[in-house]
Amino acid sequence: MFTVLTIMSAGVVLGYVIRHKTRFIKYIDLSINIAIYLLLFLLGISVGANKIILDNLGTLGFNALLLAAGAVAGSVGLSYLTYKLFFAADK
Amino acid sequence: MKNSLIIVGFFVLGILAGMYSLLPEAWLKNDLSAYALYFLMFLVGMGIGTDKKAWKILKSVRLKIILVPLTIIIGTLTGVAFVSLFLKDITLRESLAIGAGFGYYSLSSIFIGQISGQTLGVMALISNISREIITLLGAPLLLKYFGKLAPIASGGATAMDTTLPIITRSTGKEYAIISVFSGVVLTILVPFLVTFILKF
Repeated sequence: MFTVLTIMSAGVVLGYVIRHKTRFIKYIDLSINIAIYLLLFLLGISVGANKIILDNLGTLGFNALLLAAGAVAGSVGLSYLTYKLFFAADK
Repeated sequence: MKNSLIIVGFFVLGILAGMYSLLPEAWLKNDLSAYALYFLMFLVGMGIGTDKKAWKILKSVRLKIILVPLTIIIGTLTGVAFVSLFLKDITLRESLAIGAGFGYYSLSSIFIGQISGQTLGVMALISNISREIITLLGAPLLLKYFGKLAPIASGGATAMDTTLPIITRSTGKEYAIISVFSGVVLTILVPFLVTFILKF
């Protein structure tokens, strides 16, 4: 995975260098979308071929939903504190 | 929203293809997805590098604004850690990794699936899509009861694009900058935090 992070950082540097080439930039977003479609399609295939995951999709989904609820509750709760302490007084 | 539906569509299509073995076995080998992931991450990096809006905001920020993504990281991880106390099928480390997707479901599910296997990848996908949907539906309520940073916090990494319109509709322009800044920082951090959490 560190290979991936290195590759990503290289992308940032190259992207920064060519940031004024507007015509080229359009294709980056398009290619990102295509790569994401392909990768999620592939993830879907391995999930579809995996009976254990399919049989437990209900439980997995419910747990995932609970984690999302926790993530939202935790970040929103703490953001309320940050807002009151540092931001609300600006207005 | 349209793009989210297309993404989910491809995932569902993949599941169907996998269930009925519509594709040759060779496609299931991990090599292809590993190289596709390298390609994707390179492009994501380039996307960040070429984002002039993001660089401009990064240069103009006041120190205080850094508190926003920091708050969201600490709040999110605390929240999922708490929830994971009640879940027996998933470890704290795995829960934290899913939380560290910050709503960036496409990338985080691919990444987590690659490191820890498909089961966790699927959970990351569902969990982080849910976070985006909760934000899209709940932004006005969150704003009303928890202040102007609340929808930005809920949106996480998506606060820079998919949930930005609904966030700024209610918070105003000044918070749009905070929202984009926070979303950009979290988006960049997703692959780093996920790797860090799962590997250490």
